[in-house]
Parts: sequence; structure tokens; C-alpha cells
Amino acid sequence: MMFDDWQAFIAMGGHGLYVWMAYSAAVALLIANLSGLRAERRRIRRQLHDQLRSRAEEGSDASQAP
Amino acid sequence: MTLKEFWHRLGSPKWFYQMSGRWQSILAALAVLLIVAGMIWGLAFAPPDYQQGNSFRIIYVHVPAAILAQSVYLALGAAGVLLLVWRMKMAQLVLENLVGFGAWMTALALFTGAVWGKPTWGTWWVFDGRTTSTLLLLFLYFGLYALRRAIPAREAAGRACALLAVVGVINIPVIKYSVEWWTTLHQGATFKLTEAPAMPASMWAPLLVNVLGAYCLFAANVVAKLRTAILRQERGAAWVREWALRESTR
Repeated sequence: MMFDDWQAFIAMGGHGLYVWMAYSAAVALLIANLSGLRAERRRIRRQLHDQLRSRAEEGSDASQAP
Repeated sequence: MTLKEFWHRLGSPKWFYQMSGRWQSILAALAVLLIVAGMIWGLAFAPPDYQQGNSFRIIYVHVPAAILAQSVYLALGAAGVLLLVWRMKMAQLVLENLVGFGAWMTALALFTGAVWGKPTWGTWWVFDGRTTSTLLLLFLYFGLYALRRAIPAREAAGRACALLAVVGVINIPVIKYSVEWWTTLHQGATFKLTEAPAMPASMWAPLLVNVLGAYCLFAANVVAKLRTAILRQERGAAWVREWALRESTR
């Protein structure tokens, strides 16, 4: 550890504002990226389910037709 | 499996989808692990720079972002060649789905660069070779995004984007050599293939960890984007319907 205490770590020798701005942007982007990928996958799975269900319902209607 | 067979299978969305589920989880986990470890190492355990002090720690997010910004573009250029020459289906999916990721990485590189420039150069921004060519890279990503949306026919849009991606690759060596060709405030490359880094291992080791993590993130994005794009594109195919049914019973 290069810093004596937490305060020194946060202050970064007077460069804290710049260092933490850069790192928080990077972390925010990482979280947004990975959760975005997951959300996209969920969305397409839901779409496929809905599509299959509506197709299955159409299929059963058709079989009842005379 | 011969190399030729592998190549053909890589062009098959179904084969890729079935193979890649595990790849994606491993790559994403590795990316998070490496990036978190590299960040903590770089923030708390790497020594401060003798001139720049602690602002130098921004290097551990700036350099990986800048490397990815350029690598993603190179990948788009390669996909462009594959699409133009061999009409490879998977290349079109790469071209359509990775523009956003590359643009965000470029934006992060520019932002962290500005934030590093303020305490180091005394200014957020200068129009010199490196910054201007990187800004141009961001505009190339915007161009690819806009071009795809401007052309309704998917195949024609794919070819136009492929052409723009391939031509734009010219900008990559310009970015790389900009710090040597023109007078600039920007420092030279940290890692070179031909010589040892100018900084001690205690400084470059966390950077290497973060660069590896960034490449894992890139790979995880490629795999994840291709997987969702494949499902969307092939949703009428029998194997996708089987997959959806299997998933719903879980």
C-alpha cells in the first residue's frame, strides 16, 4: 500500500478529483456494458417465448377449425 | 477438425451459438476479475510517478480503453474484409453489433485522457496528432452507426459499412505513430514489442493486467453480441425454437 491512511488514498496527493473521475467513469462503463449484455439476452429470450406461445395458440386454433 | 473445417463452422451461426455459451461466462468473469485486480493494484500498490505523482494512476484505465478503441476498430475492418470478399454471415453480425462498444471505449479513452491532461499538461484538451486522430476514430464509429441506420436494406447497409470500416483502418497507424510524427504533449507508447518498457515492473505490471482484462471484456462482448444477434436472426429456425422451449422448461 502506497498510502498511509484512507484520507491520503482518497486525496491522491491533491490529484484525487482527476484520478477518481477517470476510475469512476471506467467502472460505470464496465457495469453498464455487462448489465446491458445481460438485459439484451433476457429481452430476446422473452421475445422468443412470446412468439412461440402465440404460434402454439394459433396452431391449436387451426386444428379446431372444421 | 482441420483448419478449413473450423473456418467453415465459424461461419455457421448455429455451430457458433452451441459452442459459445461457456466461452461467454468464462470471458466475462475473467474480465471482471482482471480489471478489478488491476485497478486496485494500480490505485493502491503501484508507486507514484516521480514527476506526475498520483495522477499517473489514470494510465491504468486510459491505456486499456485506448487500446480497445483501436482494436475494436481493427476488428471491424477485418470483419469488413470478410464480408466484402467472402460474404461471411458472422462478419456482418460483428460489423452490426460492435460499433457501440468501440465508440464507448473511444469516448472513455478521450475522457480519461482529458482528465489526465488537466493536472499533467495544464489543459483538458489540445488539438495535436494523438488527440485529433482519436477524435476522428470516435467520428468514424459515429459514421458507421449512422450509415447502417441510413440504409434500410440490410445487405446494402452491411456492404457500405464494411467499406467505411476498411477505409477507416488507415486512421489506426496514424493514431499509433502520431506521437512520433508530430510534436506533441502526449507521451510515447508504454508497451513496445521491440524494447522493454521505460517504467519499472511495479508500474507496468498492473497495466498489463488491465490490458488483458480489457481484451477479455472485448472478447466477452463479441461472443455475447453475436449470440443475441444469432437468436434474433435465426428465430424461425428449428434449433432456435428448440432452444427456447428447453430454456422455458428450466
